[in-house]
Amino acid sequence: MALNDPPVPVIPAPIWRNFKELQEWEQLHKTRPEGDKHSPLFESVTEGIHNFPGGFVVTTAADAFLNWARKSSVWPVTFGLACCAIEMMATFCSRFDVERLGMVPWASPRHSDLMIVSGTVTIKMAPMLLRIYDQMPDPKWAVSMGSCANSGGPFRHGYHVVKGVDRVIPVDVYVPGCPPPPESLLNGLLLLQDQIAHFKKTGRRAPANEKVD
Amino acid sequence: MLDVDNKTRVEMDWSGPERLQMNMGPQHPSAHGVFRAILGLQGETVVDVDAVIGYLHRCHEKLSETLTYAQYPSIASKTDYVAAMTSEFAYVLAAEEIGKFEVPKRAQYLRVIVAELQRIASHLLWLGTWCMDMGGALGGGATIFLYCIREREDILDLFESLVGARLLYGFFQVGGTRYDIPDGWAEQCRTTIDRIDSRVNEYEQMLEDNAFFLARTQGVGTVSRELAEDVGIAGPLLRGSGVNFDLRKNVPYSSYGDFDFTVPVETAGDCYARYKVRMAEFRQASTIVRQALDALPSGPISSRPALKSVAQIRIPKGEAYARVEGPRGEVGSYIVSDGSAKPYRMKWRGASFSNLAILPHIIPGHKVADVVAIMGSVDPVFGEVDR
Amino acid sequence: MNVEQARASLASTLAVDIAAGAPMTVDVPPARWDEIARYAKETIGCRFFNFLTAVDWKEQGLEVLARVDNLDEGVSLMLRTKLGPGVNNCASLTPIYRGANWMERECFDMFGIHFDNHPDLRRILLEDGWEGHPLLKSYAVDTPHPPYR
Repeated sequence: MALNDPPVPVIPAPIWRNFKELQEWEQLHKTRPEGDKHSPLFESVTEGIHNFPGGFVVTTAADAFLNWARKSSVWPVTFGLACCAIEMMATFCSRFDVERLGMVPWASPRHSDLMIVSGTVTIKMAPMLLRIYDQMPDPKWAVSMGSCANSGGPFRHGYHVVKGVDRVIPVDVYVPGCPPPPESLLNGLLLLQDQIAHFKKTGRRAPANEKVD
Repeated sequence: MLDVDNKTRVEMDWSGPERLQMNMGPQHPSAHGVFRAILGLQGETVVDVDAVIGYLHRCHEKLSETLTYAQYPSIASKTDYVAAMTSEFAYVLAAEEIGKFEVPKRAQYLRVIVAELQRIASHLLWLGTWCMDMGGALGGGATIFLYCIREREDILDLFESLVGARLLYGFFQVGGTRYDIPDGWAEQCRTTIDRIDSRVNEYEQMLEDNAFFLARTQGVGTVSRELAEDVGIAGPLLRGSGVNFDLRKNVPYSSYGDFDFTVPVETAGDCYARYKVRMAEFRQASTIVRQALDALPSGPISSRPALKSVAQIRIPKGEAYARVEGPRGEVGSYIVSDGSAKPYRMKWRGASFSNLAILPHIIPGHKVADVVAIMGSVDPVFGEVDR
Repeated sequence: MNVEQARASLASTLAVDIAAGAPMTVDVPPARWDEIARYAKETIGCRFFNFLTAVDWKEQGLEVLARVDNLDEGVSLMLRTKLGPGVNNCASLTPIYRGANWMERECFDMFGIHFDNHPDLRRILLEDGWEGHPLLKSYAVDTPHPPYR
């Protein structure tokens, strides 16, 4: 985005109480030219350097470096919801050891980059989940782990189950399985790192899920 | 010169009437799940606990009315997901009791083997997470946790080669078990059990020589026998309070009468007593597994033919309550059948639900740091609390 | 008090026949619900409170069940009371058994049964503003809940 492009449209903060408004916000989110990852000032400065003759060398190198740094230290918040949390714990432990990929499970959402939604999201839990997601600083990512978080899974028809966590927060990677074995989650995390490595090139997070039921 | 006398002084006396409401959870790393405790604090001392549960209410009881007897056992494993085998066990036993299904001897022994292996796996997870919660004081933070998960992975490997799944199995079916043990499984099982037994000895030395561990557990969270029975807590908590009651011994089900084991009982009722009971249960579980492997009879593993449709199992009218001794205590399933392929009403008696109800009675009077130790010693699994 | 003595003493107290078999199932009139529970605790020695739940028998009304145990003697007692059509009031067992507190809250949450004299009767699993009582047969399992569906 160059400096003389029209400014980024200001999107009002969503009021999450209403499902219709959530859908509208998702619609806006999809058509938004740039994700919510950078501040406008940062964008304009990098674009300025990029357009300077020979400056692209600096920006692409810096981009690659920053993306390498981002993807090599993704800190997931320890947010266990249900059965999948046990497999998530197993993934963090010595046999599967995600720490070699630079992931340190961190107990505070304010220092974390990644939320692994591991388990069934219930209607009572959804506002809490959203609050924890909002506490995480940008840029942030979310992995939906297991059938329950993807779509409600075996509890989809229950009265107290949110049918997929993507109705509450935007999700980057979906890991299938009930529960997904640690290998599966590792694969999902590697895919996420891939996505983070190409972060500036695509410039936006994965589109919101267009699911109908 | 300072006008000291004219200034209003407010003294925050820690023994005064000021109360601080502190919110613990639902996302708390040592809450073992989605649990929210609203603690009323006076200084550092907890005076009042309001436990908020239901963050994982997944409509098990309502969903079970829409699922057939062939479908539900694999969903039943999602109630107590740390000990998935025992929750399947309770459901299947209740259905068999109404339907008067015969269970072959081999299937009964296989059920005992997996239930006891599951008890070891569950207690390992409890030991690891509990010690990690009290981690800083034990010098080494997550050390025990990583060790315990290492051992737990060995048991999960056994389950994986038996069933194909690591955490939630679907091993039980009405009338028997779904799978038989593969070749070489028994030997692998014996070596694993032996290894875990020696490792548990190491942990015991490691913890009981630790003055901080003793200081944080002895005399903390004492449950009297009268309170324990009144609230209806079960399993290691009940036996830690001096009640010699174990369903495997007192009401033997599924051939538990064939095995020779003792029921560990402690009388102190504090966190340390519950720890001692669970550590002794490791040994008892492995002796039962060894005996069952030695005496494993041959024969069929299920008494009913393979199903052509999920609604094929029909159970006559009636009602039954079946209970098994899970790692956390009495897991029960109360089924009311109306003669169709689905239960008319199914009630889970989750052990963790009753065990967690003890918290408002024992936490007041303790420091905030002890809340974590007490909650860990209760060992709740929130899939079972909220169901 | 062992099983036979318990059966005889309960049968004489309630003036009904109690069938043999484990657990001992006793049908109690709703008016004597807490009285019989106190009798079970103090006379028969069933001090262990196992669980309390309810069953919705559609037009015949709700039935409340409680199971208490005497762990030393091995006496298991299943108390049942039919509330009758359209009635959703029942005496609370919380003054007798402290374990009944959460169980009765769950029953209120799921069936809408009001337990008289319960110290803190509010929803336990669902949120406070929830509409309906899910385990009633008139409540559909996939009833939508507006914000998240």
